Amino acid sequence: MLTLQEIMETIKMVQEENLDIRTITMGISLRDCAGPDSRQTRTKIYDKITRLAGQLVKTGEQIEREYGLPIVNKRISVTPMALVAESSVKGDMVDFARTMDDAAAAVGVNFIGGYSALVHKGFTGADHRLIDSIPEALDVTTRVCSSVNVATTHAGINMDAVYRMGQVIKKTAELTADRDGLGCAKLVVFANVPEDNPFMAGAFHGIGEPECVINVGVSGPGVVKKAVETVKGADFGVLAETIKKTAFKITRMGELVGRTAAERLGVPFGIVDISLAPTPAIGDSVAEILEAMGIEICGTHGTTAALALLNDAVKKGGAMASSYVGGLSGAFIPLSEDAGMIRAAEAGALTLEKLEAMTCVCSVGLDMIAVPGDTPAETIAAIIADEAAIGMINKKTTAVRMIPAVGKKVGDYVEYGGLLGSAPVIPVKPFSPADFVRRGGRIPAPIQGLTN
Amino acid sequence: MLAELKKTESKGNRVIVTVVGPDCVGIIAGVAQVLASNGINILDISQTILQEFLVMVMVADMSGSPVDLSTLKERLAAKGLELGVRIDAQHEDVFKFMHRI
Repeated sequence: MLTLQEIMETIKMVQEENLDIRTITMGISLRDCAGPDSRQTRTKIYDKITRLAGQLVKTGEQIEREYGLPIVNKRISVTPMALVAESSVKGDMVDFARTMDDAAAAVGVNFIGGYSALVHKGFTGADHRLIDSIPEALDVTTRVCSSVNVATTHAGINMDAVYRMGQVIKKTAELTADRDGLGCAKLVVFANVPEDNPFMAGAFHGIGEPECVINVGVSGPGVVKKAVETVKGADFGVLAETIKKTAFKITRMGELVGRTAAERLGVPFGIVDISLAPTPAIGDSVAEILEAMGIEICGTHGTTAALALLNDAVKKGGAMASSYVGGLSGAFIPLSEDAGMIRAAEAGALTLEKLEAMTCVCSVGLDMIAVPGDTPAETIAAIIADEAAIGMINKKTTAVRMIPAVGKKVGDYVEYGGLLGSAPVIPVKPFSPADFVRRGGRIPAPIQGLTN
Repeated sequence: MLAELKKTESKGNRVIVTVVGPDCVGIIAGVAQVLASNGINILDISQTILQEFLVMVMVADMSGSPVDLSTLKERLAAKGLELGVRIDAQHEDVFKFMHRI
C-alpha cells in the first residue's frame, strides 16, 4: 500500500516543482525512402512520417490526461537527411527540409530533427550539399532542426567541417536576423553524437536504430532543487544520495510514460534520456540546483565541482530506474533556457570560459549562447574546435549551439520566448585564431581512440 | 513490463484524489458528492492535519464512471475553488511506478 507521504510527494513534484516529461520523440528510419528521383523520395518521406507519427500527438495528449503528468513536447527524429538524399542526384537539398517541415506540420509536432550529416572523418557529396544548404533550410522552414557531427574519439576532429560550420552558423544568423537569429537555435554542432537523443535541436534517428522507436526525455530540475534544499548543510555523501533518489523517481515517470506510449503506438520502446532539462520558468533551473548546493551564484568557483556531483548522481539514480538509459543523460546547461544561468551571465559570474569548463562534466556543451554579431566565423569555428576537443579527449558528447546575434553587442539580448527563452549577449575573446582554424584537414584521433 | 504491472497490480481504473487546504466544514461531503455524481466509487479515505492544513487522500474506482480523468480533474478543481482548497486526481499507476520497483 502506498503511504500518505509518498502520495503527497508525487503530487508536490508535479504541482509545485515543475516535474514534467520533457519530450516523447518518435524516431523514424527513412533509409528505405532513398532513391534516384528526388520527388519520389520526398513523397515517400512525407508518407512514411505521416503514417507512423499520425497518432503521436493524440496518444501523448491522452497519456498526459490519464496520468496527470504534463508531456511538454511531442517530436520526431529521422535518419540523417544527408544519407537519405544522397542518391537523389537532381533537385535542391532544401526541398528535403521543406518536406520534413510539411510532414511535421501535418502530424502536429513542433520540431522534427534530422536535417543532419555525420562528417567526423570526411565528407561525401551529399554531406557537402546538405551542410551548404543549412542556412537556407533553417530560414525557410519553421519546424526543422539540423545537426552536424564533426568529431569522434575514434576519428578525431574534421577541422574542415569545423571551419565550414563556423561559416554556416554566421550565414544562418544573417538569414534569420529578423528573428534574432532563430535559425541558430535550431542548429547544433556535435562531437561524439549519440544516435538516440530525444532532445532537440540535436535529435536524429541513428543508423543503428530500428525502423521506428519511442524515446523519452525526462526533466525535473525543480524537483531536484527542492530535494537539495531539504539537505542544506549536510555532507556530500548525503547530498549525492538525495539527488540519486530523486533522479530515480523522476526516471521512473519517464519509463512509465515511454512504455505506455510505445505500447499504444505499437512501436518498440527505445530509451529514457535522464537529462535535467531546464526551462525559463522560475524554479525550473539547473543553475539554481547548483546554487542550492551552496554556490552563491552559478559560475563562481566551485561550480564545476557542484555540476560534476549533480551529473553523476543523476546518472546513478537514473540507471537504476530504467534498464534502457541513453541519449545524453546528464544536466543541460543552456544559457537562454535557464533563468538561473541568465541571471548569472547578467551578473558577470558566468562567462564563456566557465561555461566551457562546465561542459567537461555535464551532458552537452555550449548551448544557446548568444555572442556579438560581429564575431568572425573563425572565432566561432575555434570555439567549436575547443568543445570538440573536450568531447574527443574525454570520450563524451559535446556540442555547440551558438547565436552570433546580428547587429547586437555585449549586454544586448536575443529574445525567442517559449522554451528557447532569452539570452544576454556575452563576450568572446577579441584575439584571432584564424590561422589555426584555416589550416584544414583533420586533427588525428587521440590515443584513447585506440581501445580495441 | 508495464503490461505485467497492469495485470498484477492495477485493480480496475483507480485514481488517487488529494485535497490540501485549510480545514473547514463540508470538504469531505463536497468531494464525495462530486465523485458520486460522476459514478465514482470511493474505496478508501485517509486524512491528517499537517500544521493547520487538512491533507486528505482518497482512493477511488473510476471503472464505472462515464467521464474521463481530465473531466473529473476539472470538476474537482472547480469544487476546490468553491471550498477554498486544492483538489486533484491522478491515476494510481503514477504513484505505484514512482515508488515501487
